[in-house]
Amino acid sequence: MNSFKDRDMISLRDMTIDDLWTIVSRTGEIKTGKHRDCLKDKTIASLFFEPSTRTRLSFESAVVKSGGSVFGFADPGSSSQKKGESFSDSIRTVTGYCDAMVIRHPVEGAARLASEVATVPVINAGDGANQHPTQTFLDLFTIYEEFGRLKNLKIGIMGDLKYGRTVHSLTHAMALFDAEMIFISPPSLKMPSTILSDLSEKGVSFRTLIAPEGAADMNLDILYVTRIQKERFGDPQEYKNVAHGYRIDKSTIAALGEQVRIMHPLPRVDEIAEEVDETPNAIYFTQAHNGVPTRQALLGLVTGGIN
Amino acid sequence: MERAYKVYAINNGTVIDHIPTPLALKVVEILGLGSEGVFTIGVGFQSKRLPGGKDILKIENRILLENETDTIALIAPDATINIIKDGRVSEKRIISIPNRIFGVMQCPNPNCATNKLGAHRHFRLEDKEKMTYRCEYCERVTEIIPANLTAPE
Repeated sequence: MNSFKDRDMISLRDMTIDDLWTIVSRTGEIKTGKHRDCLKDKTIASLFFEPSTRTRLSFESAVVKSGGSVFGFADPGSSSQKKGESFSDSIRTVTGYCDAMVIRHPVEGAARLASEVATVPVINAGDGANQHPTQTFLDLFTIYEEFGRLKNLKIGIMGDLKYGRTVHSLTHAMALFDAEMIFISPPSLKMPSTILSDLSEKGVSFRTLIAPEGAADMNLDILYVTRIQKERFGDPQEYKNVAHGYRIDKSTIAALGEQVRIMHPLPRVDEIAEEVDETPNAIYFTQAHNGVPTRQALLGLVTGGIN
Repeated sequence: MERAYKVYAINNGTVIDHIPTPLALKVVEILGLGSEGVFTIGVGFQSKRLPGGKDILKIENRILLENETDTIALIAPDATINIIKDGRVSEKRIISIPNRIFGVMQCPNPNCATNKLGAHRHFRLEDKEKMTYRCEYCERVTEIIPANLTAPE
């Protein structure tokens, strides 16, 4: 039986390891040509209360590729909230127009609130600094596709580990698969202590480093790079100095070893040199492309088009 | 010698003793008692158990529900609760911090849906020893501090 039908996808916290396996394996099936038209006769609402490029376009591409139709808005300026309608009322209305809805909103908890008032499945496409579960699903699928397994991998996670929702969700998911984790960040942007103590309690093996060079002899399978944002620093020069130490180029890859695969949720600014793109180590564009089959699988599962 | 009552005895209702001074008014607030019924408060009694003193709250003609008395444990974990019927103690209620909190705690995250979009406040117990709760909406973990507790929504 499909335990996903009519389910909301709001947070990694709601998911079991079996759920994650289901999404990964169905995504693999989509890529081999199965489940064509799994959204036939389905209408999906795409409600972006905050601008986004990759996530919105890949969701919309996923719907069209699976034979469904999609409507919605790409920024809040075109929604009736501008006229003063409450968020809950907007959702209560749209729920009658569609078979599932995808929501991005700048307020943390907005997708959970939407799931309480909607009568169709709600997929969280990012709620403020909180959760962005479909990014984690596509990350997991990309790792599985590359390594043929999710268990017992050694993963370095680098950049803004304090505020990045992507790295928090990925850490939560990789802990379920017994990964060994190495957190690499400037001291001011290190992984929150609540997450580290949670990992310790679960017996997850991890280390923290302040520079990628420290991981040179660790034989990392993956280095997951995220952007260090300028606005986290008061002084632009301080930002420049810090960010420079977290830039990946061919020499970094030579130090980490040829086995390492570089991932990034994109967009990148200059934290990965363009010369890395052509190396077999770079899998971040494949990762971005996997957003489409992953979202096809997820929408198919929650609307019942995939069992 | 007969003890002089500083807080009058009640015939029916709920007596909450061993509230750390000066939190009796906070208990009144989170129980939402302000606008209904009769209650008496004693503040700053000496107590062997509470070196900073204790407050007593007596609520007339109202038997608090268990979910209400468990909420008191958030700020007064050592409080003793007696249910009074016909002038006698009919129940000594044991309290423990609740697994879920509805309404009375405000999420400290200003960008939470409970503060921005009108979602109803709802927390789940995260760690009993540390007395931390996770917001059902923004998922932020917060420690219980009396300042975050308010009248029920």
